[in-house]
Amino acid sequence: MRKSFKLENLDCANCAANMEHDISELPGVNKATISFMTSKLMIDTDADMDEVLDAAQKICTSYEKDCRILR
Amino acid sequence: MNKKQKTLLIRIIVALAIFVVAEVLSQTGVLASAFGEPGELYAEFAIFFIAFLVAGYDIVAGAFRNLAHGHALDEDFLMTIATFGAFALVLFPDSDPHMAEGAAVMIFFQVGELFQSYAVDKSRKSIADMMDISPEFANIMREGQLEQVDPFELVPDDEFVVLPGERIPLDGEIVDGESQIDTAALTGESVPRMGRPGDEVISGCVNLTGRLVVRATKPFEDSTVSRILELVENASEKKARTENFITRFARIYTPVVVGLAAALAILPPLLFGQSWSDWILRGLTFLVVSCPCALVISVPLSFFGGIGGASRQGILVKGSNYLEALGDATTVVFDKTGTLTDGTFSVTEVFPAEGVDRGQLLATAALAESFSTHPIAQSVKAACESTLDASVVTDVEEISGKGVKAQIAGEEVLVGNGKLMTAFSVPFEERSAAGTVLYVAKGGRFIGAIIIADSLKPQAKQAIADLHAAGVHRTVMLTGDRASVANAVAADLGIDEVHAELLPQNKVEELEAILQQTHAQTNGKGKVAFVGDGINDAPVLTRADIGIAMGAMGSDAAIEAADIVLMKDNPDSIATAKHIAKRTMSIVWQNIVFALGVKFAVLILAAFGIANMWMAVFADVGVAVIAILNAMRAMKAPK
Repeated sequence: MRKSFKLENLDCANCAANMEHDISELPGVNKATISFMTSKLMIDTDADMDEVLDAAQKICTSYEKDCRILR
Repeated sequence: MNKKQKTLLIRIIVALAIFVVAEVLSQTGVLASAFGEPGELYAEFAIFFIAFLVAGYDIVAGAFRNLAHGHALDEDFLMTIATFGAFALVLFPDSDPHMAEGAAVMIFFQVGELFQSYAVDKSRKSIADMMDISPEFANIMREGQLEQVDPFELVPDDEFVVLPGERIPLDGEIVDGESQIDTAALTGESVPRMGRPGDEVISGCVNLTGRLVVRATKPFEDSTVSRILELVENASEKKARTENFITRFARIYTPVVVGLAAALAILPPLLFGQSWSDWILRGLTFLVVSCPCALVISVPLSFFGGIGGASRQGILVKGSNYLEALGDATTVVFDKTGTLTDGTFSVTEVFPAEGVDRGQLLATAALAESFSTHPIAQSVKAACESTLDASVVTDVEEISGKGVKAQIAGEEVLVGNGKLMTAFSVPFEERSAAGTVLYVAKGGRFIGAIIIADSLKPQAKQAIADLHAAGVHRTVMLTGDRASVANAVAADLGIDEVHAELLPQNKVEELEAILQQTHAQTNGKGKVAFVGDGINDAPVLTRADIGIAMGAMGSDAAIEAADIVLMKDNPDSIATAKHIAKRTMSIVWQNIVFALGVKFAVLILAAFGIANMWMAVFADVGVAVIAILNAMRAMKAPK
């Protein structure tokens, strides 16, 4: 499944790059991209999207405390 | 400026004010006279530290939070270490105090953050405004009253009303009314089009003058405006090589610089007995420039700007990677019909025989053809300036594969190819030309020839010249036309190479060969763009490094298959797209070289103890500001 989500309060470009890297390495995630300029996260995964999103949200918060994935 | 930014601005101003007060008090000796010898230092430390906290308490908090998450090389953490370190140097008896630097580094770091966040918001917003082509409602007639409904509710064949000044909500066909339609938001074309009953209209365009009743041909989610918005939104997922390179580089750069900073602070004093405070200061200076932010932000910002600027000109780019590839394109392959030519026939040349008037020749041919609907007949009629009285035409006979025979005012007229002339044994002067040659005979006497060809788009020649000037050194035309016709067209346009008499399936093979040659000659650096009209050439569009569909307004297949979609049916757009791509790439590289150059310079100077923290913070923040301003240029369309 491949889906895009809007990210709220994404303020730091380097953090976005780090989040993208970490989310890509989550189990079951084939590909993840974060576009800093459009504040969008695209996840392509075979695993359960909700579980992936929970993990992804943790990663985002760890870099930017206010950053939320809008689902 | 949003609330968060305003708060930060106020904090920066307050911190700066405290900073200035601290400087003034310590320089004028007020603190010394008030607090005495060691007391002065404590007071100074306290005031600078207050300025530091006002500016950067959230950075310090963030640093500890990130550390707890295991992100030690986060910019907040690095800045905190650098500034705390500067304050801590006061503990070394052999060192000058560096509290002022500590506070200043934090204040300027925040200035950079504020500027960065403001610039990003601004460009996000300006692209959003530019893409604000989404219609909010559709008017439908219900019980004699106009009612506004969500465009999502309409299905094909529903009729809706578009009032002057409103945006057309769905793709459709005009049923009633006439109006000027402004397509600028989609195509960048400033001249409005006339829309009449039976004409197709595209969603997202603005109805200017009259009331239109339109029958929907597509649901909202498949209408042009929805497709374009989706395309632009998703463009950011496909990142350019440069962009990925920079993020990868940033992952290495920071740990390396931090490692060097640590080595610099520890090794010389430990191994060679040098002054601890001096080398720690050098290490701290390193840390200040260890954040790759300017780089990491300016590259996507430039691409975003380039893609946004292009869409304002009716050029839709599906990803940064395609913009990057187009910048590197050295070969452009055209499918002739629909890109360089209109795909419609028209009279290009007229050769009257001796003693025959040009108008007379055209009128005679047009009369003979007046009952034909063949495109060639249509073009002869279109070229004829005088009004025709078809009542004088009798006994029209189509002679298959040769032409037409008719009686005009009692005289036998023949219009057709050379075979027709031979068949009726009319001696004629043979011509070879780029296109179809029509010979005309009247009363058994040859009166001239008319050349009909697929007409070239008026901007085609200039577009080819512009592409050559922009670094494309090979232009190729693929066509199904006869070689003689194709060569003449190519020579006229200044195209370097022609592959003629191709069947549609051959075009992919030809492109494969060109791809191979180009990649071999340039070590894979030069890219091949293919420009087609999106009809029947989807496989070729997909195969090329960059597939460009032209005049694709409303064509789903083309929008799907192409990497770059030109909404304007005008070859100029190709050159414009190439210019935007080159410009964006040059801005990207300017930023990379500039940012890295300054950082490396400061790192080297800092290692030798020449650069101080002041220089480092200006290198960091100043470079970020300049790189961002430079990146924002990418949004401005070239003239």
